[in-house]
Amino acid sequence: MEHILLRARDIPNIHKFDVYKAHGGYDALKAAVKMKPDEVIDEVKASGLRGRGGAGFPTGVKWSFIPKNEPVKYVAVNADESETGTFKDREIMETNPHQLIEGAMICAYAIQATAVYIYLRGEFWDIAHELDKCIAEAQKEGFIGDNVLGTGWDCPMYTHLGAGAYICGEESALLESLEGKLGQPRVRPPFPAQKGGGLYGEATVVNNVETLTNVPWIINNGADKFKAIGTEESAGTKIFCVSGHVQKPGNYELPMGTTFRELLYDHAGGPPDGREFKGILPSGGSGPIVPATDEVLDTPLSYEDMQKIGTILGSASVIVMDDTVDMTWVASKVTKFFKHESCGKCTPCREGTYWLDKVIDRILAGEGKPSDIQLIDNVAKNMAGVTLCALGDFAANPIIHTIKNFPDDFNQHVQPAE
Amino acid sequence: MLAEKYGDRIEAAFAKYPDKRSAVMPLLYIAQEEYGWVSPEAIEEVAGLCEMDPTQVKSIAGFYTMYSEKPKGKYWLHVCTDLPCALKGADEFYQELKDYLGVDEGGTTEDGMFTVEHVMCLAACDKAPMLQCNFHYVENLDMEKIKQKIDEWRAAAKKDE
Ligand SMILES: Cc1cc2nc3c(=O)[nH]c(=O)nc-3n(C[C@H](O)[C@H](O)[C@H](O)COP(=O)(O)O)c2cc1C
Ligand code: SF4
Ligand code: FES
Repeated sequence: MEHILLRARDIPNIHKFDVYKAHGGYDALKAAVKMKPDEVIDEVKASGLRGRGGAGFPTGVKWSFIPKNEPVKYVAVNADESETGTFKDREIMETNPHQLIEGAMICAYAIQATAVYIYLRGEFWDIAHELDKCIAEAQKEGFIGDNVLGTGWDCPMYTHLGAGAYICGEESALLESLEGKLGQPRVRPPFPAQKGGGLYGEATVVNNVETLTNVPWIINNGADKFKAIGTEESAGTKIFCVSGHVQKPGNYELPMGTTFRELLYDHAGGPPDGREFKGILPSGGSGPIVPATDEVLDTPLSYEDMQKIGTILGSASVIVMDDTVDMTWVASKVTKFFKHESCGKCTPCREGTYWLDKVIDRILAGEGKPSDIQLIDNVAKNMAGVTLCALGDFAANPIIHTIKNFPDDFNQHVQPAE
Repeated sequence: MLAEKYGDRIEAAFAKYPDKRSAVMPLLYIAQEEYGWVSPEAIEEVAGLCEMDPTQVKSIAGFYTMYSEKPKGKYWLHVCTDLPCALKGADEFYQELKDYLGVDEGGTTEDGMFTVEHVMCLAACDKAPMLQCNFHYVENLDMEKIKQKIDEWRAAAKKDE
């Protein structure tokens, strides 16, 4: 099947404006501005497209929350891509940037936004500068800026670079950061889509790069055709970022509902020679880990099926561990990430991540007691659900689920109880 | 003074946002480029330009890890040692690199050329081990390749002098 997103793999040089245009580029925006904004929203709703940033919220529904009569509205594109194991938005922006720009402009038209901001993690410095050039090219031809395609609607597009903080990928922290403040999550409600909750207090759609890059294809090919790909509740394709112990790590854009087995053996080439898969983190550091059993390997990668095996599809950053890996070490690595990235605003997350890290270090050093395992399990369970943003839950996952799924890996490090 | 030397870039940053405060991050980058780090003077200047309190600007500079509030080497090497890279030997690679340069975590080589730090995932997990040098990607590394790069960077620095 041809790619919807990673089209550079079918069409060389599609990152260039002329090549993109020669292959139907910006036709979807031209078609969209001939529709009523609400009709665009309905089309995206009907497609079944869900947010690719992690939470899987229906995209068209999100757009429909934006109030109609506000004079100022924004689109914020989430290009922060900082989840451990995630490298898909980067490939989209490097190899197919105009499709993201076009998708963001269609979203902006659908909500009648007055500006689009693309928030990139600071390390995407070079990518942002290339995007600036793409935006300038598209603007010159009337796709962005004043009087877009002669419609009388004005909408400029800007890039904004973060500066090294995972938490700025959380949508309300992202908006704070754009406003020149500390990137710390806001208390909700009001939500970004509501007056008072978005950028500069104005209603704002925040969408992930991959989400928006699907939109031109949906307008060009119709909602039904998109919905026909994938599963009942998970329409379209998904880019799976495969890293760790596989023969061929990389991005694979496949229909939703592809099984782990197909992804990891047929596409990623299986485990290193002479080894076997042991555990899989399907959503980077933030989702629950699962053991690489036959049942798990035969599970379709979709929002609904991942739930059935006790984990999430999330950002689909699939980190694979083979049988040489000590899962306590994995839990430690992931915990160090969240300890480092906790923004410090709420006590359970700030203190919890600190203690989890300290106690796991002790366990790994062979100085732990069986009660230490119980201790971190309790600390983690007490963090989940009580924090201002989901990072608190993310940080609890590696502990709770590694202890549950790989108890022996923990027990081997501690002295048996007397 | 930043305002004189970087007038165009500063104006371009202000033009993006409805208020001046939002330009604080791009301006801190410009300041860091000019001075090599975010010095107290840089903070004063940025605060003046953005019409903010210097303590607010300082807290922003402290919150975001890509701004440095102390001088560093000419080249900042940020080695990813997060889980996916570590599964591909990044911890060992980072140790060897530190040994080769004769520095510890966060340290700067005696000639002031390189500062090394480990960082979290840089969205390049399929190209491990990897690092960013002054925020540009350098990927699919081993010791042989990085030694060659280090020689190139040293030579480039000599030329600049
Ligand atoms: C701690 C944290 C980090 C996040 N990081 C990202 C990120 O890097 N990129 C992203 O698109 N969404 C990230 N999200 C999800 C966003 O908050 C938000 O749900 C998403 O941008 C919405 O876009 P979507 O509906 O298109 O997925 C993060 C959420 C949390 C709680
Ligand atoms: S849960 Fe953690 S990251 Fe989220 S707001 Fe609270 S302290 Fe910050
Ligand atoms: S873990 Fe190193 S780039 Fe992702």
